[in-house]
Amino acid sequence: MTKSLNGVGMDQDSPGKLKQEANWIRLSAMTMTHNAQLGHTGGDLSSADILAVLYFGGVLRVDPSQPNWPQRDRFVLSKGHCSGAFYSALAARGFFPPAQLKTHMEPLSMLNGHPDRNKLPGVEANTGPLGHGLPIAVGAALAARMRKESWRVFVLTGDGELQEGSNWEAAMTAQHYGLDNLTVIVDRNRIQQGDFTENTIRMEPLAARWSAFGFAVDEVDGHDSAGLLDRFSHLPIQPGKPSCIIANTVKGKGFSLAENQPAWHHGVPDDEQLAAAAVELGVEVGW
Amino acid sequence: MSATEVLQSGAGCTSQQLFDCRDAYIRVLEEMAADDPRVCAVANDSVSSAKLKGFRAKFPDRFVNVGIAEQNMVGVGAGLANGGMIPYVCAAACFLTARAMEQVKVDLAYSKSNVKLCGMSPGMAYGQLGSTHHSIEDLAWTRVLPDLAVVVPADPLETAAAMRYSRLHEGPMYLRISRMPVPRVHGDGYEFKLGKAVLLRQGSDVTLMATGVLVSRALQAAFALAARGISARVLNVSTIKPLDEEAILDAARATRGIVTAEEAFARGGLGGAVAELLVQKHPVPMRILGVPDSFPPTGSAEFLMEHLGLSAAGIENAALDLLKDKR
Repeated sequence: MTKSLNGVGMDQDSPGKLKQEANWIRLSAMTMTHNAQLGHTGGDLSSADILAVLYFGGVLRVDPSQPNWPQRDRFVLSKGHCSGAFYSALAARGFFPPAQLKTHMEPLSMLNGHPDRNKLPGVEANTGPLGHGLPIAVGAALAARMRKESWRVFVLTGDGELQEGSNWEAAMTAQHYGLDNLTVIVDRNRIQQGDFTENTIRMEPLAARWSAFGFAVDEVDGHDSAGLLDRFSHLPIQPGKPSCIIANTVKGKGFSLAENQPAWHHGVPDDEQLAAAAVELGVEVGW
Repeated sequence: MSATEVLQSGAGCTSQQLFDCRDAYIRVLEEMAADDPRVCAVANDSVSSAKLKGFRAKFPDRFVNVGIAEQNMVGVGAGLANGGMIPYVCAAACFLTARAMEQVKVDLAYSKSNVKLCGMSPGMAYGQLGSTHHSIEDLAWTRVLPDLAVVVPADPLETAAAMRYSRLHEGPMYLRISRMPVPRVHGDGYEFKLGKAVLLRQGSDVTLMATGVLVSRALQAAFALAARGISARVLNVSTIKPLDEEAILDAARATRGIVTAEEAFARGGLGGAVAELLVQKHPVPMRILGVPDSFPPTGSAEFLMEHLGLSAAGIENAALDLLKDKR
């Protein structure tokens, strides 16, 4: 599944291909979690379509052959616990060999439970504690502006994660500086570790909140590859404003046993469940 | 000269005049910004306290004020560094470290981000404002973090030199910039070397190791001790991390004991770092001067320093007490 590149950017895969790539990310992440007996299946599965469109839809201008290329778009995974899906996307995109996914969380592995930019190419920020990604993304967007460069910054947050106040500090900075080179994508799967978000601390009206904080906001189906691709291909939503895309997702998407089940936030599939997931997703891991 | 007269004379320092180290910090920051387009500043509304008004006027496109939002401020610094800038994140040390400690740990130290933290007015500089505004925990918190350099300049010359060094240092640094008036203790042409303590005075009976605003007080204490016939070595340990183990072990071997002095809690700071080293490699009698294990009472910075024995007389007395120790 490794893609060849001509310089920067890449061919844009069709929505059907993107769905297949997302399902590969799903099964790869579940396999990693199964192997390590640790991981965050629910969020890996809800974010897979978003990651596939970013990395295979021609959205992110990145070059795996020169991961620190100064003009690259920055992608920050703020929900760092979904490293299974993220690492799978990076490997599939060619940042490191997919076989390295076998080492996930093994002793001395480069694939820590949460991403470490000093260990793995393609990782922009060390995340894990929630509410860190957006401030970092805001700083990077400010850097692009100071340097008068055209690269953009994307950050993927969870929804429960937005209970961390640092996000809203950063949102205020983004709107004050009119950072239209910044796009926040919210993986709105409506479940956090302990319960549904709305039973924990209500997040609604989420779009209105982002809008009130000065973002241009759009809501999309986070599993509609064509819709995501169309939305990500037309940014900023409004010139002069940072963009917020609320991607409505299903936690555990693609593995029906796990869908919309809080217990699968960090559920670990057993042998039978992993085999069932492979059938349901219709892909082979191959690493 | 009597010991008392020596203490009052500013002996051992290279100036009688007293300086606010923030003036040296901002002068060099503006010089570096003029020379290097990567240098930028991040503030948390701290435009006055971090003396950034001139920077804002001269480099408006490289000045970011995130408002009163310290977690965001440090994260923004990490992002600026990711984008190839060299951000100086400048804010009152008490808020910069305490409020944003997880960001300092994860976004800077663990990530090895090329961000320079300038902790303004640390220690008890905000005196009467109380313990909310004191930053006497910061040395303990910062020095346990791998890959974060921790530097406490003693005078304006060292402040300027450490600032210049920081631009060339690849990685995160915490610079503690005092507003408490201090004399010069270094000569013109002083060069800062990260991880190197500065031998300010040779001595054979006892070693006084100080950092920041305590360095001039340690020098005065050494002169007072000399008047009593006691030879005191003085080391300016301006780099708390990485610690100059060689200079500290040399002093432990060459003198009968060590007095450390810092404007911070006596637990976990310079004294703790020196003790951790010596207890494993060359145990000697020590006295650790700092703020004892209780929040200080109300009072001006000057009052609190005297009240807590963080003075030349306090250091002198600690040295005399140590030398009575027959162990």
